[in-house]
Amino acid sequence: MKSTVIQFPGSNRDRDMIAALTKINGEAPSLVWHTDTEIPATDLIVVPGGFSYGDYLRSGAIAARSPVMAEIAKRAEQGVRVLGVCNGFQILTEAGLLPGALMRNAGIRFVCTNVKLKVENADTVFTNQYSRGEIIPCPVAHHDGNYFADSTTLKQIEDNGQVAFRYAEETNPNGSVNDIAGITNKTGNILGMMPHPENLIEADHGGDAGRALFTSALNIVANEAA
Amino acid sequence: MIKARVTVTLKNGVLDPQGKAIKGGLGALGFEGVESVRQGKVFDLSVAGDDAKAAEKSISNMCEKLLANTVIENYSVEIL
Repeated sequence: MKSTVIQFPGSNRDRDMIAALTKINGEAPSLVWHTDTEIPATDLIVVPGGFSYGDYLRSGAIAARSPVMAEIAKRAEQGVRVLGVCNGFQILTEAGLLPGALMRNAGIRFVCTNVKLKVENADTVFTNQYSRGEIIPCPVAHHDGNYFADSTTLKQIEDNGQVAFRYAEETNPNGSVNDIAGITNKTGNILGMMPHPENLIEADHGGDAGRALFTSALNIVANEAA
Repeated sequence: MIKARVTVTLKNGVLDPQGKAIKGGLGALGFEGVESVRQGKVFDLSVAGDDAKAAEKSISNMCEKLLANTVIENYSVEIL
């Protein structure tokens, strides 16, 4: 499968994402600049982390109105998988591709730490190589990761099984409602998450628990030897 | 030219940790009786033309599309 990474002015986790995708997929992703209005044929579009446009106005707000976003929305509509990590998650909510919003961390401070994630839904295209209820470690690094949705939206998200990951073992670092760390859209082909699975793909990272997210999303059959 | 002021505030019930910290800061300075602080944003716009009604409508549209995130924020438009 082919992957694509979108780059905005202020993206800074794009290189980590490119390295992870290249390593796991055996092929470098296409790179698309935010002003581009065309995206090459691809199966997975990744909106990486960073501080697009310096987080001006609101995190992800300006990036969400970039020319490339209309094309991402169109591809997502056609069923292409879209993954947004950290600032990418903020951008996807600001663009209206995912419900809710990411607000300033409840503790006000930037958090850079390791959390525990519970795989809440293992039936999504992004999580099918995890088991439901599995607890995995994952790094986070953000200032605006406090997930919020109004009670009606929240109920829909929960009832539809759109919560992919929840902070577990009291490691919620930002005050997110219902400990939500990652959600999908209703059809399940868009995932946004604050934690950084791309930073946990090999032993030298201190573990490779993030790898299965990419092998799931890229339909790579798990290889015991890898 | 029309001048307008947009005020964006967090919706009721949405946690405002920054407002809370500011309230704490005011308390630390000895200001008593501040029961709550809610932080918001102000945008001052100058818009070409002289049709205030049209400008107000256009600015409301700007709020819906960019200036406010209506998931968490309310906005008001005031023509000055």
